[in-house]
Amino acid sequence: MATENTRGLARLMLAPSVGLLLIWMIVPLAMTLWFSFQNYNLLNPANVSWTGLFNYKFFYTDPAFFQSIWNTLLIVGGVLLITVIGGIGIALLLDQPMWGQGIVRIMIISPFFVMPPVAALVWKNMIMHPGYGVLADINRALGFQPIDWFAQFPLLSIIIIVAWQWLPFATLILLTALQSLDGEQKEAAEMDGAGFVSRFVYLTLPHLSRAITVVILIQTIFLLGVYAEILVTTNGGPGYASTNLAFLIYRTALLGYDVGGASAGGIIAVILANIIAIFLMRAVGKNLDK
Amino acid sequence: MARAVSTRRMAVATAAAWIIALIIFFPILYTIITSLKTETEAIKGFNLIPSFTLESYVTVQTQSGYLKPFMNSVVIAVGSTILALFVAIPAAWSMAFSPTRRTKDILMWMLSTKMMPAVAVLVPIYLIFRDFGLLDTRIGLTVMLTLINLPIVVWMLYTYFREIPGEILEAARMDGASLFDEIVHVLTPMAVPGIASTLLLNIILAWNESFWTIRLTTTNAAPLTAFIASFSSPQGLFWAKLSAASTLAIAPILIMGWFSQKQLVRGLTFGAVK
Repeated sequence: MATENTRGLARLMLAPSVGLLLIWMIVPLAMTLWFSFQNYNLLNPANVSWTGLFNYKFFYTDPAFFQSIWNTLLIVGGVLLITVIGGIGIALLLDQPMWGQGIVRIMIISPFFVMPPVAALVWKNMIMHPGYGVLADINRALGFQPIDWFAQFPLLSIIIIVAWQWLPFATLILLTALQSLDGEQKEAAEMDGAGFVSRFVYLTLPHLSRAITVVILIQTIFLLGVYAEILVTTNGGPGYASTNLAFLIYRTALLGYDVGGASAGGIIAVILANIIAIFLMRAVGKNLDK
Repeated sequence: MARAVSTRRMAVATAAAWIIALIIFFPILYTIITSLKTETEAIKGFNLIPSFTLESYVTVQTQSGYLKPFMNSVVIAVGSTILALFVAIPAAWSMAFSPTRRTKDILMWMLSTKMMPAVAVLVPIYLIFRDFGLLDTRIGLTVMLTLINLPIVVWMLYTYFREIPGEILEAARMDGASLFDEIVHVLTPMAVPGIASTLLLNIILAWNESFWTIRLTTTNAAPLTAFIASFSSPQGLFWAKLSAASTLAIAPILIMGWFSQKQLVRGLTFGAVK
């Protein structure tokens, strides 16, 4: 179908996208790599010198470093756990016949469209605030002490907020996948006497595996970089209790003016993301080929 | 008998679903309610019935100048989306209709650029923006968001274009249609729904992007994300005002989102789940 002529044209049409993304990928990354070997502080920009691996050593020996990586993994893992399990549950529920399904769907999908700073501030001030939050009101009504969420459980609070934002996404995708499940298969399994649990394990779950993979992949991309939620709630604290790698790098770069140190952190973040990406892409590639 | 059971089952499912939906929706609902309270009412404890005052909405505009960040959000989200479509439509078109052995690799590579953590390139981008005078400008941010969302736009368009049967193009060519005719009269009408969905989803993503929009702006070009984030520093008690600003910031996108549920699934899963 394609002649030489159209093939050349096709390449020409592809060029701007590929070119832009290539520049976008290579130039800043190369700069980050270069800066990571430099002693470069924005407060003293005249004094830039080569320091070899000093920045990496500095970042590596920072006690906040391992904590931030651990926090990053906890956020990703915690949110994935809540959203995938919760998403499957809610999707199964929404797949049942009911009254007002359209409105229920709209309510459940809504948090996904709320911008992160709004989500975080609403949760911080109106839901989790120890004095005026709704949870504190409930606690007091039940005769308990209100919990100071962001002081006592800073990381958990952030996981809850982020999970709230992503639960709709997981639900919606899993529900869409669920609805494409063959009704006849379900009926056949029911007639053969398969109970709810075995139908779920042997029929529904395998059918959902592709959608679950996609949910994990897409969410991981975004969850590795959780930033605004931390900025407006705990600001990484108390101490480094809720600082993830993204937030630590931001702190080093724009609060510490340490270009070299932040760049070394950036390279570490890229390596971490790549390790995760390789596993995910392999799993997704396998699943998408079907 | 069977009917009675199914009605009961439906009632149980309905009750369970409504309870869960109301819990999930509650923070948004309560924000809207609080935005209609006075400041003293807002901190008086749990109360679902506001006095329906609009004073907080007025304060948000008169004290904080809501309109400016709102316009910045509109310009940046819409601008970056249109820019991305201009670049992506030809690319997606060529990959969908003249696929080569490398097409799949190129698509996967584009997706992988989304894997790069934004924060890893914060320093160079910040310095480039500073040196070119792009910090806190709408143009800088628009270009930035175009680049960030380009892979998703290409992917989405690709999955839509691929569903347009190639035979139609061949038939048009046999009838003597030039490439121009092909694109304008045959392809475009069939591609419009896909392009529209892509546009909608990308505006949502751009509107809510909260890393670059906060870091690369201060006052002039700050969109709503940065505007709302600035409320995090304590300014006394301001629950109602915060709620009014939040409601205004999310309302347009919330409504757009409700209409684009289906496209959302497809777009964000790169066509893997339909």
